[in-house]
Amino acid sequence: MQPASPDTRKFFYEHLGLNDQLLERCLSEALSAGGDYADLYFEYVTASSLLVDESLVKSASQGISAGCGLRVVSGERTGYAYTDDLSPERLMRAARTAALIASGPSKQQVQGFHESPSAGLYPIACVGSDAETTAKLDLIQRANRAARAYDHRIVQVQASFADELRRILVAASDGSFATDTQPLARLNVSVIAKDGENIARGSSGGGGRVLLDFFLTDKTPEYFAVEAARQAVLQLGAVPAPAGEMPVVLGPGWPGVLLHEAVGHGLEADFNRKKTSAFAGLVGQMVASSKVTVVDNGTMPNRRGSLNVDDEGSPTQETVLIENGVLKGYMSDKLSARLMGIADTGNGRRESYQHIPMPRMTNTYMLAGDDAPEDIIRSVQRGLYAVNFGGGQVDITNGKFVFSASEAYLIEDGKITAPVKNATLIGNGPESLKHVSMVGNDLRLDEGVGTCGKAGQSVPVGVGMPTVKLDKMTVGGTGN
Amino acid sequence: MHTTEEQKKSASNIDREFVTDIVTKALRAGASDAEAVFAEGDEFETLVRLGQVEQLKEAGSRALGLRVFHGHRTASTSTSDLSPEGIEQLVSGAMALVRITSEDPFAGLPERDEFGSLSGDLDLFYEDVYSLPAIERIEYARRTEAAAMSADARIQNSGGGSFDAATGRKILANSRGFVGESRRSSCSISAQPIAQSPDGGMQRDYWYSSQRSLGLLDSPESVGLEAARRTVRKLGARKVATQRVPLVFAPEVASSILGSILGAINGNAVYRSSSFLAGKLGETVAGSNLTVIDDGTMVGGFGSSYFDGEGLPTRRKVVLDKGVLISYLLNTYTARKLGLQSTGNASRGLAGSPGIGAGNFYLEPGTKTPEQIIAEIPNGLYVTDLIGHGVNIVTGDYSHGASGLWIENGELAYPVEEITVAGNLKEMLHNISEIGNDLIFRSSMACPTLRVEGMTIAGE
Repeated sequence: MQPASPDTRKFFYEHLGLNDQLLERCLSEALSAGGDYADLYFEYVTASSLLVDESLVKSASQGISAGCGLRVVSGERTGYAYTDDLSPERLMRAARTAALIASGPSKQQVQGFHESPSAGLYPIACVGSDAETTAKLDLIQRANRAARAYDHRIVQVQASFADELRRILVAASDGSFATDTQPLARLNVSVIAKDGENIARGSSGGGGRVLLDFFLTDKTPEYFAVEAARQAVLQLGAVPAPAGEMPVVLGPGWPGVLLHEAVGHGLEADFNRKKTSAFAGLVGQMVASSKVTVVDNGTMPNRRGSLNVDDEGSPTQETVLIENGVLKGYMSDKLSARLMGIADTGNGRRESYQHIPMPRMTNTYMLAGDDAPEDIIRSVQRGLYAVNFGGGQVDITNGKFVFSASEAYLIEDGKITAPVKNATLIGNGPESLKHVSMVGNDLRLDEGVGTCGKAGQSVPVGVGMPTVKLDKMTVGGTGN
Repeated sequence: MHTTEEQKKSASNIDREFVTDIVTKALRAGASDAEAVFAEGDEFETLVRLGQVEQLKEAGSRALGLRVFHGHRTASTSTSDLSPEGIEQLVSGAMALVRITSEDPFAGLPERDEFGSLSGDLDLFYEDVYSLPAIERIEYARRTEAAAMSADARIQNSGGGSFDAATGRKILANSRGFVGESRRSSCSISAQPIAQSPDGGMQRDYWYSSQRSLGLLDSPESVGLEAARRTVRKLGARKVATQRVPLVFAPEVASSILGSILGAINGNAVYRSSSFLAGKLGETVAGSNLTVIDDGTMVGGFGSSYFDGEGLPTRRKVVLDKGVLISYLLNTYTARKLGLQSTGNASRGLAGSPGIGAGNFYLEPGTKTPEQIIAEIPNGLYVTDLIGHGVNIVTGDYSHGASGLWIENGELAYPVEEITVAGNLKEMLHNISEIGNDLIFRSSMACPTLRVEGMTIAGE
């Protein structure tokens, strides 16, 4: 732990004219109609993006977005207003609007804040220097060259770099106060390979809450470029994916999106409080094979899904969701924690100041098991080996979830054979993980590309998994 | 509870002159061309769950975007800071960035004679979306949910009922003399009931009505009842065997096939050859029964606008004419790359270069009712829901999670779930054997019921 960044507080107070008294006045106004709890969420985001396409720097953009969201909670009710004008008059007006959710006499005065220390999970950046822009440009130009050099069949390359610096300040009527400065960067490469009439795409990317040096030392532009090009060239020779139920082996890392869809969303506290999740009431029961332990961990340094504090100002933590197959608990924000009498796990997140926070995942992954990945492949007579995925989706009420394989192979007689075309895999959340029969010793986290959508709000997340074998899953191809 | 007058009148006094002035500032700072956009919006959201208000949200925001050119180089900036310092930063930031981008001979604003805005009133803005006092908006949401909850004893839980309203205003100005301003409004009600069968299995579904004017909304009761009907029919769903049978796509999911066509004719995908329809202009790419239209000029349409994101008048165009590919959807940049004319389909957010967006995009209806189409099938699947992102526009490969109702001897027999439906769009567009007469615009994209042959269901 280190002291909370005094610079972030100073930024809001000096640049945006905030002070303790103004925050207290806004919170008091927000509770003027008798709410139980109120909070203010200030956000100041600077974002930039660069794109190399057809070997030209075609696009460069940057933007600034700032505002404040004001929330009043009264029982199960939430009133919310936001403003991008941070003058005291506008803030007070928004507080009055949010206050209307409650109806009663004013309850409490807000006096003084106590700020929690920061976990210091990521570097503090300064953004926007010309030298930095030139360095980013150099990264994506390197990616462009590396992808084109990989194979003469690579005919189109787009390489982009997008980053943002998000400063937040949260002040609540219970006296809690938090600030954080959150960097987020991502390098992406997407390519088209062409061989006669045959065309395929490939893409790769990564990053996290990191600065530029990450792409110079840890994961270079060449690493992502070669990966995108390799996938596209591989897909040129893909055969139709099989159709029907079969054993499925998922590779380590990004295929952990399985967990995000199959169990993650269903274990968000709000759905369980409202009993709209297929997992409602299943705490203490077996929802997976005894080989399966799944955690959500917002405290991993530099990870895309990590946060020093969530968007309600609560510290993040490691939360065990499933332990040896048994459902242990839910991911919660302040509202559901209070209403359900469970712990706030620091999972209250929101897309921006324009959005109401709700329980969201951070980095969700399965812990490693004992099996060697080669043994897992060797154990399958006929099945699918899937190592890369596009997006997924879940219906949390009936538990059905899908995720779409973008790189997968047939397994025949214990050996990996032909690459197959894109196919969607479908399963049932509370059932699928019961079919996990082998768990590899090779846990890996994804490269830092995940974005999760819920109720129209997008937030960055991470996933991870070792190599895992599911004895049966439905594969949505067209072949035999 | 009430909405204050000051809140309602929060629309800013930012006018065309303010936006044109930013263009002038950019020129003065050295830009050879510039384009500025101002956008503001207000929103009101109400969620009622199990009869109680759960969330009320009311807010407004505004922001500016700037795109500058220096010869054939371009860059863009955006900000929510409308102060003189914020605008100064918007302009200087863009001018700093434009120095690092490449000369691209295809980059630039449209030519002067291309600009324009549709005359007449497209009926895109109605004051009445904000006319209801808060208490009555809550009542709309409450009634919608209540109608769903009371429709069937198996519905005892709910994701809620909602009433949402929004208005927006946009001003676009550039250094070649175009200035345009438009306003739009929308409002909607919805219900999301949850039904439970005796064995404990839960299902949810959703129905809504969305319009530009409050007066045009369906009644809360009819929306709630339809949500309930769609939910209870899923109870007791089972998996079916892997097989090939005719599929009938309900309009809500048929539009996903239409959406795939839209993705494949997007000029950005076409000029990069990253679409299965790239290079196919003038060729037969679909059955002769398929005609697809993009029309940004329909009165009251959700996809209608007076001018596109670059200031060109919107228009009606035939995309597919009896299966022959007639037109892509293009903005100025992609048109120049392809040696064609812009189709007036530029879309403009605040940041970045213009993208491409459809107007009102639809498939022309056939003559049979959905019931007639289903009645002709001895064994097949009526698809009501699709989930996932399983379309590859480059190859045309299509694979989605699905649920629906099994068709037995021409009748809907029982619900089906946890299956996938898969094919390839290049073949699927030739294998649409029936098109329903039920074309209804519930959003900017509309597709009638479709019967498709030759797709694979993967299940048990």
